Amino acid sequence: MKRWRSPTSDHPLTSIALALIAVGVVAIFLVLPLATVFAEALRKGLDVAWAAIDEPDARAAIRLTLLTATIAVPLNAVFGISASWAIAKFDFRGKQLLTTLIDLPFSISPVVSGLIYVLIFGLQGWFGQTLRDWDVKVIFALPGIVLATMFVTFPFVARELIPLMIDQGRDEEEAATSLGASGWQTFLRVTLPNIKWGLLYGVLLCNARAMGEFGAVSVVSGHIRGLTNTMPLHVEVLYNDYQFVGAFAVASILALLAIVTLVLKSVLEWRFADEIAAVHQH
Amino acid sequence: MSLAVDSLVKRFERFPALNGVSFTAPQGAFLALLGPSGSGKTTVLRILGGLEYPDAGSVRFADLNWLDVPARERRAGFVFQQYALFRHMTVAENIGFGLSVRPRRQRPPRAEIARRVEELLALVQLEGLGKRYPNQLSGGQRQRVALARALAIEPRMLLLDEPFGALDAKVRKELRGWLRALHERMGITTVFVTHDQEEAFALADLVAIMNAGRIEQYGTLEDVRRSPKTAFVAEFLETAPLKKADASRHRGDGHPG
Repeated sequence: MKRWRSPTSDHPLTSIALALIAVGVVAIFLVLPLATVFAEALRKGLDVAWAAIDEPDARAAIRLTLLTATIAVPLNAVFGISASWAIAKFDFRGKQLLTTLIDLPFSISPVVSGLIYVLIFGLQGWFGQTLRDWDVKVIFALPGIVLATMFVTFPFVARELIPLMIDQGRDEEEAATSLGASGWQTFLRVTLPNIKWGLLYGVLLCNARAMGEFGAVSVVSGHIRGLTNTMPLHVEVLYNDYQFVGAFAVASILALLAIVTLVLKSVLEWRFADEIAAVHQH
Repeated sequence: MSLAVDSLVKRFERFPALNGVSFTAPQGAFLALLGPSGSGKTTVLRILGGLEYPDAGSVRFADLNWLDVPARERRAGFVFQQYALFRHMTVAENIGFGLSVRPRRQRPPRAEIARRVEELLALVQLEGLGKRYPNQLSGGQRQRVALARALAIEPRMLLLDEPFGALDAKVRKELRGWLRALHERMGITTVFVTHDQEEAFALADLVAIMNAGRIEQYGTLEDVRRSPKTAFVAEFLETAPLKKADASRHRGDGHPG
């Protein structure tokens, strides 16, 4: 029996082996830990897990996390769009430097990112005395948490948009200008619709990280229970207190957020596949 | 509304793009900027459209210091080499864009814009395609949408960058004849850039032959062909596919050779 095989395809056994390895790795390193989080949270029943979430400190942590993301994500979306716009559509000196700087938060340890803000805004820091005179609290308060979160999550939107906008070029913007559109009209009616999927994707990733950020926020937060603890910090506090069910219950909310993010992204990609293809085609 | 371009100089970071380009054209002229790639012809076109600004020199058009007029107020209909259609808008939305972004007081009502779009679709022979998206059109159709979009703003000047470069030979010839007829009907001063001399000679009244940021020769088709002024022009035209043909026979008929 002669079996036909395309010259570019591997031996069937090779592809089966590769698939098995991939599935195995995903199962062991991704699915299993995620499942463990939920299993541990529900070990003593749903009631106990719910009680761990529905208590003042946990509720405060959830509120703080949501508030931080609500401030940091839109601001980073605006900054990310501005930075990508500048890099993709204009020529200026120092463009390469700006591109590199945008990636800085990815290459710096989050702990260092947090310490930077303590050095600048902390009591012993550069602006410490001034801020105290004005009675403004940055470190161990919401502003510091938001700043640290923004620093860490800054690259997500910009990194998503820069290659997209460079790829799309300036032609459509130039066409809009020559047809009489103002800069703002050009942005709203030409640029934004062309980047909306990339933007949405960047915002989703940015949001996931903003809610989950631990290191940088840990340094500036001060871990004041019910006040400056975000959800990831609250998980750590509970875990260190041997309150495993509580820790995993709050952790499973974070895990759920991540799953919702992924599902949302997939649904959007599936629902608007045609439109996405149209925008990418030129 | 004659056009007078005087001593344009433009330098890009690494190379000079224009080294003093001057020419004049009467109202309603059809002018070709012809030259090899890198000769600066597209830069001249972009300066006329307000998409680049020269380092020195002046442009007068319609009794205005044209360089002082911001790009969005020039009403210079620009047709881009790759058409630059708004890919997320339908054909009708593309064509109506220039009208819909006018300041509120000058903006025609929705129904009026729709009527004008229909008129333009008929003019470029694309009736019934208004609801399509650009990626559902052929190259020749996209080209005509780009032209209709530029015409929608009632341009004072029409600027075309390699208008037929991306099309196959047959469509190119059809559109050429059609564009020439349209120009004769509307009488808009038109400048177009091409590296294809056959195209330049088929369409234009006046030809500026450009090389290395300068105009080597400028004049009517007959003049340029009969008496090339520089070695470059002679050599450039020597490579013409219709070098042995009589220039006057090809003027404006849209079907040379």
